[in-house]
Amino acid sequence: MKEYAYFPGCSLEKMAISYNHSALETTYKLGVNLKEIEDWNCCGATAYFHVDELLAYTLGARNLAMAEKEGLDLVAPCSGCYKNMFFTQVHLNHDPDLKEHINAALEEDNLQFTGNTTVHHLLDLFVNEIGLEKIKETVKQPLTGLRVAPYYGCQILRPRKDHEDVENPSFFEGLLSAIGATPIDYALKMKCCGGSLLITSRPAAFSMVHNLLKNAVDNGAEVIATACPLCQINLECYQQQINREFNTHFSVPVVYFTQLVGLALGIKPKRLGLGKEFISPKKAFEAIATATG
Amino acid sequence: MTDKPAFNQEVANLLYAAEGNPLETCIQCGSCSGTCPAANVMDHTPRRLIAMINAGMKEQVLASNTFWYCASCYHCTVRCPSGIDIAEAMYALKRYTMWKGQYQEGMIGPTFSETFVKTIVRSGRSYEPILAPTYIFSYGVREFIDEAVTATNLMLKGRIPLLPPRIKRLENFKRMISHIIPIGEAL
Repeated sequence: MKEYAYFPGCSLEKMAISYNHSALETTYKLGVNLKEIEDWNCCGATAYFHVDELLAYTLGARNLAMAEKEGLDLVAPCSGCYKNMFFTQVHLNHDPDLKEHINAALEEDNLQFTGNTTVHHLLDLFVNEIGLEKIKETVKQPLTGLRVAPYYGCQILRPRKDHEDVENPSFFEGLLSAIGATPIDYALKMKCCGGSLLITSRPAAFSMVHNLLKNAVDNGAEVIATACPLCQINLECYQQQINREFNTHFSVPVVYFTQLVGLALGIKPKRLGLGKEFISPKKAFEAIATATG
Repeated sequence: MTDKPAFNQEVANLLYAAEGNPLETCIQCGSCSGTCPAANVMDHTPRRLIAMINAGMKEQVLASNTFWYCASCYHCTVRCPSGIDIAEAMYALKRYTMWKGQYQEGMIGPTFSETFVKTIVRSGRSYEPILAPTYIFSYGVREFIDEAVTATNLMLKGRIPLLPPRIKRLENFKRMISHIIPIGEAL
């Protein structure tokens, strides 16, 4: 069984615990073991970079060093964690003085960063490491007829400029098709959910979330699939307030892509953390059962 | 007399990710402003802010809310035809005003970030309930109630931790941090 160093990140401990459960269940079923990094620390989120960049890189480097110690590549399910860890490695590898400085600090925890780990986002693990063929073979219950909006968000794609898909990615659609669902096409699939602006500038974030929901629903989405805990929370938990603010009637479930993959692999909904949503996807899922009979 | 660096040079060289940012190559095309999902709430659009930086309008730039309303989505960065990392320049300006204590009054961002960092430095992990007081009191009554309802719903769904998490090797972690910034007893 292929093994990876798993960095769940702070949100997956509670707020996005269903993402954690469904990530572990689905990867296991697909022959991959996610081994949680022992004693990992916060990646620094965005807030840390507002205050001190050097400390933020030190946080990332500690996690990377622990993955290196295990000799494993790192997998992060949260787009923010992924971006921070990916670029910590890039900057430290480009700047030997910075690396040396941070390594002197890491000695306090008997760790060393060399910079030779590959950092994957969980969605990238499914598409490029496990592969769509393997997923197709393992599907037991294809999600036939379910119209899903693949929501990329930001930091899974950006700021990486070496990414071939930076302006019009399609790997999320590929995964949804592999599990039998129908990915819908909508213009805002890689626009920002507002991130922490939901706290620091609510009007800005609300208008961003409103535009996203409207664009997805107008294009026929029954469910929105996310690959980031912050996107999930922003898109789902504030729909009622958005409705009041914009005089709309959104009630669209927002689930993690791993929950959809899990259902298609025949894993029980409860084991995928389903049931913790504000807006239940039950009705949308029942329609599949009827369609596939 | 030694010349002080021009303001655009200062902003372009604020540490690692932002270092060497070619702000002076901006052609004012407006791709950043057209792409930015938060431009409508900013007092200056990103394009305009870069022009102001290049014009050396330091006071006006530092007093702007533009960079605090940047959500770090990096859409401008990947589209800039001049290769300017605009989102990193926004980060650099946030840090600059934090250091100088010069940010616009009434902004939630700086206090929120500061509390977030303190939480991590003390425990190694983030914990949402500690962060709430940094913003909740600046909300109006309706937003305050909304936020309380959302938090209650999250709690009922088992999505809020009751106890603050912390890492195991916390002593090592704190020593590691004081290597980077000698903050003595502050931890």
